[in-house]
Amino acid sequence: MPESYAYYPGCSGLGTSREYELSTRKVCQALDLELREIPDWSCCGSSPAHTVDHVFSSALAARNLALVEEMGLETVITPCPSCLTNLKVAAWRMQEESFLQEVNQYLEQPCKNQVQVKSVLQALVEDVSLSRIKEQVQNPLKGLKIAPYYGCIMNRPPGIMDFDDPENPTAMDQILKALGAQVVDFPLKVECCGASYGIPRQEVVLHLSGKLLDLARVQGADALAVPCPLCQMNLDMRQNQINSFLQQDFQLPVFYYTQLMGMAFGLEHKELGLDKLCVDPLPALNRAKQRQAEEQEERARKQKQRQANQSSAPARSASE
Amino acid sequence: MDPLRLDSLYDTQFVQEVKKESGQDPALCYQCGNCTAGCPYTFVYDLPVHQIMRLLQAGHKERILSSRSLWLCATCQSCTTRCPNNIDVAQIMDVLRHMARRQGYFTEKSVVRFQDSFLKSVKNHGRVFELGVMLGYILRTGRFWTDMELGPKMAFKGKLSPKPHGIKGKQEVVKIYHKFMGGPQ
Repeated sequence: MPESYAYYPGCSGLGTSREYELSTRKVCQALDLELREIPDWSCCGSSPAHTVDHVFSSALAARNLALVEEMGLETVITPCPSCLTNLKVAAWRMQEESFLQEVNQYLEQPCKNQVQVKSVLQALVEDVSLSRIKEQVQNPLKGLKIAPYYGCIMNRPPGIMDFDDPENPTAMDQILKALGAQVVDFPLKVECCGASYGIPRQEVVLHLSGKLLDLARVQGADALAVPCPLCQMNLDMRQNQINSFLQQDFQLPVFYYTQLMGMAFGLEHKELGLDKLCVDPLPALNRAKQRQAEEQEERARKQKQRQANQSSAPARSASE
Repeated sequence: MDPLRLDSLYDTQFVQEVKKESGQDPALCYQCGNCTAGCPYTFVYDLPVHQIMRLLQAGHKERILSSRSLWLCATCQSCTTRCPNNIDVAQIMDVLRHMARRQGYFTEKSVVRFQDSFLKSVKNHGRVFELGVMLGYILRTGRFWTDMELGPKMAFKGKLSPKPHGIKGKQEVVKIYHKFMGGPQ
């Protein structure tokens, strides 16, 4: 029987992070996870709501938690770190009875605060396990060098998020390695990309996201992998803006890690929404393939040479 | 930073409010500067975050609430994660922003207008309508050139829904809005 989770897709999954939504569902299906979308879910409030008032943002999130309770499921998972934070922070604040009561004044259907909230990433690593992910791999991502970028709120603050290391998370690294990819060191794993300032203060995002692309390039990555729609948008959709702002020529694809999982699982590029990425990933994928082939050839050549040396060595000693 | 007067400008009520709303004690800060060292936004702040903490200890309401830094903090949680005294600095920044909003200190207007446009969209549809947020922002600011080149690209890729995705329980969301964002706007 498949594991069942309540599923909170988040608003961007209906638009700017369509490919995250597509690939998350495909990958979960391949791993036999049943995602039951919360009926009539509403926006979690994201960052703008918590800058107004904490009861307000918690009420927006709690409406969805109450719907999960009605579904009779224990755990809700979401791919988006911003939704994750809002749902988790609301649940954390509502542990205080008076806060819960205050929130419930605004809800049609009161929230009991009995639901566990997790990211899809956490469910994949903790519930599904790396070995089950490995079993699904049909086309290992051999030779592909990936910079793993987690964004700032997937694991922080540690007291509330309670998953992985807040400074050096490795959940996605482990998945990428299980897929056969080569994970490069990426010391800015949790550094902020500029978040939602792309529209009101564009230069802030171009500066901060530019640093991330620069480090990925310095580390020799073919591409980045991310679990966050906002990070992905800043790094991918705004890459041309970053290039003109910083006088650079970055051409780094920015995959959702679920897209890479799907590729390794042998799913079609189209169903993983690879065509929706702004920076075309094919040149980087081909480059990695070619490099891999060259390295293999080089290894074979060296091996042959060693064998030739070994077989000629006794002959030489015999003639001496 | 100019020398601080520690007596006459101390606003007791302000400090008490921040303490109560954030559940944090600013007095615990010993000015190590770790928050500022890790803050990705210091380069655009008018007051680095450790100075906001110091001003808070000195009770300088006016200088804090009129700071642009409050609106440029993205709540990335670096400060909170790295504070050696376990002060939830990001929470304090959030609470200061609530107060700035309530008391009308809007020192980064474009940021406030973006947030308002986002929240209006959620109120109207129950979920965020991204194209609507963008258009709402442009109408509020007159900055019609914002991301002009990206719209067609995203639409072409099928990543910019032309229609909002409304929900049945929209009125439930509107009810949550009433107290905090005023009546129907």
